[in-house]
Amino acid sequence: MKSAVTITVNGEPRTAEAEPRTLLVHLLREHLNLTGTHVGCDTSNCGACTVWLDGEAVKSCTLLAVQADGREVTTIEGISENGDLHPMQRAFHEHHALQCGYCTPGMVMTAIKLLEANPAPTDEEIRHGLEGNLCRCTGYENIVAAVRAASGVTV
Amino acid sequence: MATTAEHAKGIGVAALRKEDRKFLTGRGRFVDDLKLPGMLHMAIVRSQFPHADITRIDTAAAAAMPGVTAVLTGDDLEFAAGVPCASNPTGNMVHPVRPPLAKGRVRHVGEPIAVVIAGDRYAARDAADAVEVSYAELPAVLDVEAARADGAPKVHEELDSNVALVLTHRTDGIDDAFSKAEVVVEHTIRNQRLIHVPIETRGVVADWNTANDELVVHSSTQVPHFLRTFLAIVCGVSEAKVRAIAPDVGGGFGSKLNAYAEEFIAAAASRKVGAPVKWIEERSEAMLATCHGRAQVAHMQLAATKDGKVLGMRANYVQDYGSYLQMLTPLISQLTFLMSPGAYAIPEVDVKVTNVYTNTVPTDALRGAGRPEATHAIERMMDILARELGMSRTEVRRRNFPVEFPFTTAIGLMYDSGDYAKTLDRLLELSDDKETFERRRTEAAARGKLLGRGLSTWVEVCGFVPSDVARNALGLTPGGWESSTVRMHPTGKITVITGTSPHGQGHATSWSQIVETELGVPFDDIEVIHGDTAFAPYGLGTYGSRSVAVGGTAVHLAASKVRDKARLVAAQMLEASPDDLDFEGGAFAVKGSPDKRTTIQEVAFRAWQAFGMPEGVTPGLDETVFFDPPNCVFPFGAHGCEVEVDRETGKVEITGYIAVDDCGNVINPMIVAGQVHGGVVHGIGQALYEIAEYDSGGQLVTGTLVDYLIPSAADVPHIETHRTVTPSPTNPLGVKGIGEAGTIAASPAVVGAVCDALGVRDLDMPLQPETVWKAIQKGGAA
Repeated sequence: MKSAVTITVNGEPRTAEAEPRTLLVHLLREHLNLTGTHVGCDTSNCGACTVWLDGEAVKSCTLLAVQADGREVTTIEGISENGDLHPMQRAFHEHHALQCGYCTPGMVMTAIKLLEANPAPTDEEIRHGLEGNLCRCTGYENIVAAVRAASGVTV
Repeated sequence: MATTAEHAKGIGVAALRKEDRKFLTGRGRFVDDLKLPGMLHMAIVRSQFPHADITRIDTAAAAAMPGVTAVLTGDDLEFAAGVPCASNPTGNMVHPVRPPLAKGRVRHVGEPIAVVIAGDRYAARDAADAVEVSYAELPAVLDVEAARADGAPKVHEELDSNVALVLTHRTDGIDDAFSKAEVVVEHTIRNQRLIHVPIETRGVVADWNTANDELVVHSSTQVPHFLRTFLAIVCGVSEAKVRAIAPDVGGGFGSKLNAYAEEFIAAAASRKVGAPVKWIEERSEAMLATCHGRAQVAHMQLAATKDGKVLGMRANYVQDYGSYLQMLTPLISQLTFLMSPGAYAIPEVDVKVTNVYTNTVPTDALRGAGRPEATHAIERMMDILARELGMSRTEVRRRNFPVEFPFTTAIGLMYDSGDYAKTLDRLLELSDDKETFERRRTEAAARGKLLGRGLSTWVEVCGFVPSDVARNALGLTPGGWESSTVRMHPTGKITVITGTSPHGQGHATSWSQIVETELGVPFDDIEVIHGDTAFAPYGLGTYGSRSVAVGGTAVHLAASKVRDKARLVAAQMLEASPDDLDFEGGAFAVKGSPDKRTTIQEVAFRAWQAFGMPEGVTPGLDETVFFDPPNCVFPFGAHGCEVEVDRETGKVEITGYIAVDDCGNVINPMIVAGQVHGGVVHGIGQALYEIAEYDSGGQLVTGTLVDYLIPSAADVPHIETHRTVTPSPTNPLGVKGIGEAGTIAASPAVVGAVCDALGVRDLDMPLQPETVWKAIQKGGAA
C-alpha cells in the first residue's frame, strides 16, 4: 500500500513512505516532524496548513502527499535564514499580528505570496488576499497592518 | 498603534511580545505536535441520533482491522464520577449524571459512544467507521419551546421536567414603575446559538503510567488545574498523581474552559491499553461535540417617562442548556441575569431566567459568556425606546447612566468605577456629526446603498471573582482567587509562575512588564511559565476577562513581597535600617548616600548564599501570593458602527467601526487594542454571519466551516480603537479586563446600524443578506 514519496522540503530532499491517501500536511507533520504547519479544519476553509508548492501557496490538507512527489515544498520552518526572521515574520511581530499563534504560520505563508503577486496592495486587496486564511483572535486588524508594513507602502 | 518597544520598560509600554518568535517560526508546541514513545491514536464513535437507547454495539469488525489495539465502549471504561459541573446557582439544582462514554442512552447527536485506539489516526478513524451501533430512537426535543410544551419528552427521565432551573429577582416597586410609566416598550430579542471555532480544535495526549499509577494529561485547555482536579475525581486517582499540562493553546474563547468527556476517556483508555493515547478533534467533530454558546431568548419590557427616564425593566430570559450540564453551563445565563440592566440606573426590575434542557449539544461559556446576551437585549431595548420616544439613541442612554460610583444596581451588583458619559462623548467626538452623516446618507442612496449608524454603551462584570461571591452569590464550586510565584534566581534572573493559562492573551509579556515595574529588573531577564500543574501553585486559569485583574494582581503582589524581603537583606548588606533605603532603578541605596547601594540582583545572590541573614529572614527570594479579589471589575465603553446595506441584495458592509473602551489602567496598550479588535470581530460574526442550526431530526446542519461562517479578513472593517482611563479601585494595579469587551459591545452596535439603515425596529441575528433582503421587501427603508 505504502510507497516512497520524495519531496524537496525547505531545500533538502526528503523521502517518506506514505499511503496513497496520506495528506501532504500529515506527511509534513507526522513523517517529517515539521509541526509548524497546522490543521484547523477539514474543509479547506481555514488555511492554517498553507505551504508553498513549487513556489505557490497551497493548502496542504487539500493535497495528497503523492501529488507532491518530485516537487518542492517550503514550510514556515524554511523561510527564515541564519536565524533572521523573514521580513513578513518581523512585520507580524512588530504589529502584534498574532495572538494564540495557531493560524500564524499559514497566514505568513499566504501573506508573503500575496506581496509577491501584488507588491503594493491596498488594504482591500490585502483583505481579499487573506480571505482563505481564518484567524479568530486578532480581528485581522493588525495582520492587515503587518502585511501593509511589509510591503513598504505607507498610508 | 502606540510606539512599540522590543525591550519593554514596564507598565504602560506597548511591549512587543516575547511569545511571538516561536509561533512565527513554526516552533510552537501545540497538543497535536506532541509525540510520546509508543503513543496510540484515538477516534470516537458518536451518536447519530439526538435521543436514543443504544441497543447493541458491534465492535468485532473494527477490532479485527489492521493497526487496531482496542475498541472500547461505556462497559469497558470505569469512571468514579460523571462529567463534572461546577455551578449550582441555587444550591439545590439537580445535576444529571453523565458518564463520559455513554451508557445505554444518548441525548444529542455527537455524544461519544465508543472509541477506537489504533497505531495511527487513519487506522483509528477507519475502524471507528466500522463500529456498528444499533439504536432505538426516542422522541427528541430540539428547542426550548418544544421542550417546555405539555407532555414534552424528557431529556432526563429522572427530572420532573425539562426546566432545569429558574432564577428570579423582583424589586418591590416594579409594578408601580410600570403603572406610573408614560411609555412602555416591549420586544423579544434572540441571541442565536453559536459555535466558538478557535482555529485549533480540542486535543489531548493522555499518558497513564500503570506501573506507578501516574497520569500526565496534555490538553488544549484554558484551565489545567481544574482539569487535574476533575481528572482525579472522575478517573478515581489521587490528585497528587495527576499532572495536567496546557501546552501552547490555539485559542479558546470559552470552549476550552471545561473538563470534557473526551479528556477523561483518553485518560481511562491510556490506562486500559497501557500506552499514551492521543486524541485530536476533527473540525466537524468540534462543531458536533464541543460546547456551543448563547442560545438565549429575552422577552423584554421597559417602562419609561416621556423624557426618556427608565423607571423599570421586566426581563424574561429563556436559556437553552442543551442536553447536559458542562462545567459552567448554569453560570452563563446567571451572568445574563446579573447584568440585565446593562449600563443604566434602572431602579426597579423583575428578572427571570428559565433554563431548559434540549437534545442538543450543551451550551457553556462563549466569549462574553452571558454578558453579550444581556447587553444585546438591553441595548436593543434602549434603541427601541428611543424610537418610541422620538429621541436620539445617545440621549436616551445618557439620561439613564449612573453618575455616582461605586454604583449598586437593582440586581445588587456594585459597579466599581465608571464614567459612561465620557466614553460616549469621546465616541461622538470621533464620529461624523449628524449633518455630515445625513449628506453621505443621501449620496449613498443615489447609488442604491442604505447607510445606517448604531451604537452601544456597554458595561460588563469581569475579573472573576471574590471567593465569597463565588460561593454565596453564584453557587460555584471553586473560589475565584489567583496565584503567582515570583522567584529570583542566584544570577538575578527571574521566573514568574502564574496560575493564569493564556492562549493568545500575551501574559508572558504583560506579567513581565508588571514585574519589571515592581523590581526594576530588565524585561528580558524575566521568564513567565504557566499551564503546568507540576510547576505551579494551584491556579484557576484564564476566562471571563479575569487574568489581569486577578492574576496580574497576584504577580504584582508576589513581586512586591520579593522587594520587601530584598529590602531587609539589602539593609543588612548596607548596614542600614530598612526604612533608610530608597529603591529605584532596581537598586537599594541608603538615603542621602547614593553611593552606598546594592542592586536587587546582588541581593538575590546574597539571599541564596544566605550567610549573615537578618534575624528571622529565611534564605532565597522566592515569594508566592494567593490573591482573592474584594470585588469584580466593571469595564465599560461606547462603540459606534456605520453600515452600508445593498438595497438589491441585502448585503451588509460595515464601513466604519469605532471602539472607545475603558478598562482602567493598562499594562500593555498594544495587547489591549488587539483584544478589542478580536473581540469586536467575534461580535460582528454573531451580528452578521454566525448561527448554529439543527434540523427537525436533530442533525446539526452547520457542521463544517463551509456552513458555519466565521468572518474572514474581507468580511470585516478597519476597527478604530480609543480609550479613556478610569482606574479600578478593586485592585492595586487599577486594572480591568478587556478580552471580552469587544464581543459584548459589538453586536448591538452592528444590528442597531442595520436597523437604522432600514428604518426598522429590530432584526434577529445573524443579519445574513436573506434576512436583510426580506426586511427590505417588507418595506424596510421604503
